Amino acid sequence: MKEIVIISGKGGTGKTSFAASFAYLEKENAVIADCDVDAANMHLLLDADFRYQEDFYSGEVAVIDEENCVNCGDCKEVCRFDAIHVTDDQHRVDPISCEGCWYCSRVCPVEAIDMKTQKVGDFYLSMTKAGSEMVHAKLGFAAENSGKLVAKVKNEAKKLTLANKKEFLIVDGSPGVGCPVISSLSGADLALLVTEATVSGLHDLKRVYRLVKSFNIKSACIINKYDLNADVTKEIEAFLEEENIILVAKVAYDETFSKALSQAKTIIEYGDSNLKTEIEKSWQHIKNITKELK
Amino acid sequence: MKITIASGKGGTGKTTISTNLSSYLAIGADVVLADLDVEEPNSKLFIEGDLVFEKACDKRVPRWIKEECTLCGKCEEVCRFNAVIKVGDEILIFPELCHSCYACSELCPTGSLPMIPQKIGELKHFKTENLDFVEGRLDIGEEQAVPLISQVIEYVDEKFSQDTIKLFDAPPGTSCPVIEASRGSDFVILVTEPTPFGLNDLKLAVETMRVLCQKFGVVINRHGIGDNSIEEYCNAEGIPIIAKIPNDRRVAELYSKGELIYPKIQEFETALKQIAEFVGGIK
Amino acid sequence: MKIVFTAKGESWDSPMDPRFGRTDIFVVYNEENDSLSFISNADTETMEHGAGLQAAKKVLELSPDILITGNGPGNKALEILKRSKVTMYVGAGDMTVKEAYNAFLAGKLAKFESRV
Repeated sequence: MKEIVIISGKGGTGKTSFAASFAYLEKENAVIADCDVDAANMHLLLDADFRYQEDFYSGEVAVIDEENCVNCGDCKEVCRFDAIHVTDDQHRVDPISCEGCWYCSRVCPVEAIDMKTQKVGDFYLSMTKAGSEMVHAKLGFAAENSGKLVAKVKNEAKKLTLANKKEFLIVDGSPGVGCPVISSLSGADLALLVTEATVSGLHDLKRVYRLVKSFNIKSACIINKYDLNADVTKEIEAFLEEENIILVAKVAYDETFSKALSQAKTIIEYGDSNLKTEIEKSWQHIKNITKELK
Repeated sequence: MKITIASGKGGTGKTTISTNLSSYLAIGADVVLADLDVEEPNSKLFIEGDLVFEKACDKRVPRWIKEECTLCGKCEEVCRFNAVIKVGDEILIFPELCHSCYACSELCPTGSLPMIPQKIGELKHFKTENLDFVEGRLDIGEEQAVPLISQVIEYVDEKFSQDTIKLFDAPPGTSCPVIEASRGSDFVILVTEPTPFGLNDLKLAVETMRVLCQKFGVVINRHGIGDNSIEEYCNAEGIPIIAKIPNDRRVAELYSKGELIYPKIQEFETALKQIAEFVGGIK
Repeated sequence: MKIVFTAKGESWDSPMDPRFGRTDIFVVYNEENDSLSFISNADTETMEHGAGLQAAKKVLELSPDILITGNGPGNKALEILKRSKVTMYVGAGDMTVKEAYNAFLAGKLAKFESRV
């Protein structure tokens, strides 16, 4: 089993379109994990059927039991997040501001404050139109992606891949450089960096690569929209060479991405195009790279 | 007037719109743009200016005073964030994980954990010919964006008068940093693109704005590239569509070089004018 | 010598867990009396942040000579681990515990010092 994690640092580089196309090409031979839970979109392209759902809990908020509360104000005094307010002569918690630090509940003299775990989202197992199994999640309002949620998505996906003896685990990684992306990279055989030929694309590629490098994961890169800016493309190529990152493909600016997306199709299904050929070649190239890994 | 520019997903053109809009508005008014996407601040790539002020931003974290400590372990027990760990006869502090709740410090029976300032990032203030630009940049490895965002907002509020138009470029997503960046604003502009991805993420952003009781409207970027589902959704929900920016490869090219768009593309300038008029009518 | 493995099960045939902080289980092999035991790391599953620190604390308390894992611990966990005498080896994420042990004996695993 080979695990390929696709990341980009910045949004809008086409990461999910590539990931979904690879998933479509590999059919039932791959398991898919969508760890981009802030903007979980892969299910739209792969027509996930949401066959299994589970509540996902994370973090806690303080809840004041108004019957037992003596309104002494100790909780309000210790709260550093301005989350406790008095309305109609009663102390109340604003759940959006509450950090879940437990301080108020620890100092309450009558033990009238409970810490309640919150449902922050849903966790799903699906079958996709490509015939593959997919693990994904959806976060609710004000919920923050976390290493914990990503770890759950990846863990379940890995179990499925091993149990059903599939060849590939394709992971759409989290954005940014924080805890979630670290969690999505953990255990990967190959990190595929999707960047674009823009100044911000290069800037964010460098930032996220620092992280990948610290994990000693073999890296490959796709430069999307390479023809937008020849100078930046050159700079990216120089960076890849310097860091020994395999350049898988340079893909031209192409509105097929959005057109296919609008019909909820992967590039592969959308019909013959240069882009389709390019993506098929890229996937073959990536598979060859993984074969050479130990 | 305070306006936040946000988007459910990354890569929809939020930074393009905030940098161009601020520069455009600055032609006839006092404008400050603040980049609150402190984990990935990119606006500076599009704005040339002179640094006029900078400062380190702090949060408060505990420091262990060994001599006073009895190693009772209360601090580790009360910390919900794994930021204080007792290892052998030492108390280790992990500042990146600390939420500055003060529980360990104030519940320590011997007062061995005073709270001290710890740098989490930087604030920089630049001036161009007619625009002020303020940026917050979180140090790598630091996980708490919210305290830095609130310090940048505070700086902008103190430094600039009521009459100044204040534009805030929010981080992507719908989590706490976005809420922090939107809460105090008079209006939020949600930037989206006309694709199923854009719609999916816009719905989440709209839900967030409604919970916050925040006034908001939508700007459709790259109009014409996808379908009509965003317009249908906004019409059905009674959400104002402020402007539609036509899809144009030249925009992508200018963006790729870090250049401003509206001086070179007429349609883009027209869209900015619509946004400016809409915003001007809010008060 | 006492050797700790990050693993998904409790036996020699269990697959290794490439993760350190969120590993399911720590398998402990004591060469002196040829005994295999384990401790659960399941409590870190519910932690949003800082899982690696609690895992490192467990390892510290086991005070092993060798730690064998997949990716290697993060910087914060290292801060704790460097207080022990443990030597860390990585790259065993795809093996079983037995295979990882053999690879270690054969000198095939890379020593882990620190992150960039």
